[in-house]
Amino acid sequence: MKEIIIDPITRLEGHGKITIFLNEEGDVENAYLQVPELRGFERFCEGRRAEDLPIITTRICGVCPVAHHMAGVKACDAAFNVEPTETAKKLRELEYCGYFIYDHILHFYFLGGPDFVVGPGAPAAKRNILGVIEKAGLDVAKEVIKHRAYGQKITEIIGGKATHPVTALPGGISKALSEENRQEIERMVRSCVDFAKFSLKLFDDIVLKNVDYVNLITSEPYVLKTYYMGTVDKNNKVNFYDGDIRIVDPEGNEFVKFAPSEYLDVIEEHVEPWTYVKLPYLKRIGWKGLVDGSESGIYRVGPLGRLNVADGMTTPIAQEEYERMYKTLGGKPVHATLAFHWARLIELMYATERALELVTDPGIARKDIRNKPGKAGEGVGIVEAARGTLIHHYTLDEKALAKKVNLIVATTHNAPGICMSIRDAAKGLIHNGEVSDGLLNKVEMAFRAYDPCFACATHFAIGDMPLEVEIYDDKKRLLKKLRR
Amino acid sequence: MKFMSEKLKFAFYWAASCGGCEIAVLDINEKILDVVAKVDIVFWPVALDIKYKDVEAMPDKHIDVCFFNGAIRTEEQEYMAKMLRKKAKVLVAFGSCACDGCVIGLGNLWNKKTIFERAYSETPSTKNPDFVTPKTSHAVKEGELELPEFFDTVKTLAQTVDVDYFLSGCPPPVPLILQAVGAIFNGELPPKGSVLMPKKSVCDECPREKKEKSLSAIKRIYEIEDDQKTCFLDQGVVCMGPATRAGCDAQCPNANVPCTGCGGPGPRVTDQGAAMISALASIATDPTVINQAVDPIGTFYKYSLANSILRRKVMKK
Repeated sequence: MKEIIIDPITRLEGHGKITIFLNEEGDVENAYLQVPELRGFERFCEGRRAEDLPIITTRICGVCPVAHHMAGVKACDAAFNVEPTETAKKLRELEYCGYFIYDHILHFYFLGGPDFVVGPGAPAAKRNILGVIEKAGLDVAKEVIKHRAYGQKITEIIGGKATHPVTALPGGISKALSEENRQEIERMVRSCVDFAKFSLKLFDDIVLKNVDYVNLITSEPYVLKTYYMGTVDKNNKVNFYDGDIRIVDPEGNEFVKFAPSEYLDVIEEHVEPWTYVKLPYLKRIGWKGLVDGSESGIYRVGPLGRLNVADGMTTPIAQEEYERMYKTLGGKPVHATLAFHWARLIELMYATERALELVTDPGIARKDIRNKPGKAGEGVGIVEAARGTLIHHYTLDEKALAKKVNLIVATTHNAPGICMSIRDAAKGLIHNGEVSDGLLNKVEMAFRAYDPCFACATHFAIGDMPLEVEIYDDKKRLLKKLRR
Repeated sequence: MKFMSEKLKFAFYWAASCGGCEIAVLDINEKILDVVAKVDIVFWPVALDIKYKDVEAMPDKHIDVCFFNGAIRTEEQEYMAKMLRKKAKVLVAFGSCACDGCVIGLGNLWNKKTIFERAYSETPSTKNPDFVTPKTSHAVKEGELELPEFFDTVKTLAQTVDVDYFLSGCPPPVPLILQAVGAIFNGELPPKGSVLMPKKSVCDECPREKKEKSLSAIKRIYEIEDDQKTCFLDQGVVCMGPATRAGCDAQCPNANVPCTGCGGPGPRVTDQGAAMISALASIATDPTVINQAVDPIGTFYKYSLANSILRRKVMKK
């Protein structure tokens, strides 16, 4: 049996490794995405003060600390049995929109975008942010940098710090919004709305008007028929900050809708000895291995997951785009992994429109920002991180110290799906032991669509995704090496 | 070899960390273009196509300055720390994880066995009746898969290799990053072993008014009605400002939450937690007041346990 190790994928070095095994016929038998790292947050959060948990857990990820801060404080709200004031909820959600703005912009322009904007067939040396600049113009690059920085700035104004925000407290938030800051945020958000519209137009011009790209999006190696999970509001519309969690089956029917506190009835995690990351699945269906379809409990989260489980968006432009995506790609749910990119832009549109609603809300600058926490107990906090549903579950003792902490992060939910997408992309390109040079690009596109968090830093990488594939025969002799 | 380049060679590496240090580098925004004009980045796994073995092949001292973020939690990270020490003339511990272990260092209250038990067995969403855990080498039906060893103890960079400079913070504040890079460009680096941060504490940068300097009871931040201008210690809330290195412009107190200590030990402080406890003792109206501080390790050593005189908990066999 032959073994192909994509190791290290430079931008994942220390944080991700792909191994592909071939069978005797030289076709792909299986592929493994290994996460070679663990830090142990669920253990060392034990014993900590409740109010420290939304601060400590931001250090799980420096790209999405706002998501951990919010899931953490919502778990605290629940554990202290306190409802934040309306003003605090609005401020938290506005900060959260700022986070989505910078995160989605970076993924689209620096990481996922090059595949489409420059083109999947373009030489590797061009398929990067520099290639995007070349194709779209330097002015566009300046706008990208400016609006990403706006997202960070909004987070910093409300959260105290851009990376690892600190202001969310059980029952509310520590700092009210001054009128001066409100005006500054409004100015930035208005600009972001225009930038989101521009980004959708760019996608339309370059991708959707190109039949080849649309065919690529819907092509077989990139299709996985899984369940989907995401957060919805009372009307089943997408919401990032709050709501119930809805799961649809591969046909798009509601499988279950549950409150955050009920997550243990729905989700379980499986452990494999070859990776430090756990593999979640739907408890009612069970772990059936890395297979898709309705008989397998594997589900996916993130932009496409959220749009697939929802009945629409609450803001007008995002709703129009939502309808257009499903019309173009043949109705709901969309199983094409590459549609994650389009979904991400629709969400960027929503984040900016929602931020504008919030920052112009007459109540946003009110001073009633905190309610007093009650007695410490147990609580679950769920938000939609940019990459998908994020679950924090805290059990506090009578001194409000953490007795038990359980965390399920977005990329963990997607880990089984990412493994399968990589395997399927490889299967389409490796036959009789012959590895096409296109393998590198295609494998890369398959997992890049998910914006996996173990590759979080790829968000701002200036190069293309560097890959190396080594092919060994059954005696561990190196047969072939591909590299770029 | 002058004909090749007059440019300085920089390297960046991340060990056990969150990626926030990389974001901090990115947050110098357009100034990164000035930096790139003056340096060649010869290794940056998150951004450039340069593999471990390319670094291995570099002559010793090939890299002028290596910024190393992240703590040492696994075998692979230790290996990279040792290799980069050999290849770099100047090694900078960059960020709280590399300098002090950061919150990852709180893992030293446990060991590999108990961390695995929590992660892979006890957590309520985990279904693992046979207690399967990740193995450094595991035979799947198709072949063998390998993972780096997870150590019992988190170590700082300086506990692993010789370090030339320290720049802490979680993440390091952008102005300090620019200052350090400026000092490198101008050949104005201070003596080896220096901390590239202001020689003052967070209190020195904090605009909050310090009043009575007496502490009669310890409260939690969510229990008080913060008046938004008085020193947190005067309001009975533990604020790590006195024991913590400045450079952040007291961002947290300015956002109405106490400093939690991410800048690491203040100037002339070797043990951040001990310094804070002693600061509290000096203003406590009664020695027993200190006992009201719940979770002293997590409060006083949140970012520095791995680099403290305590370092780790002794585990019973």
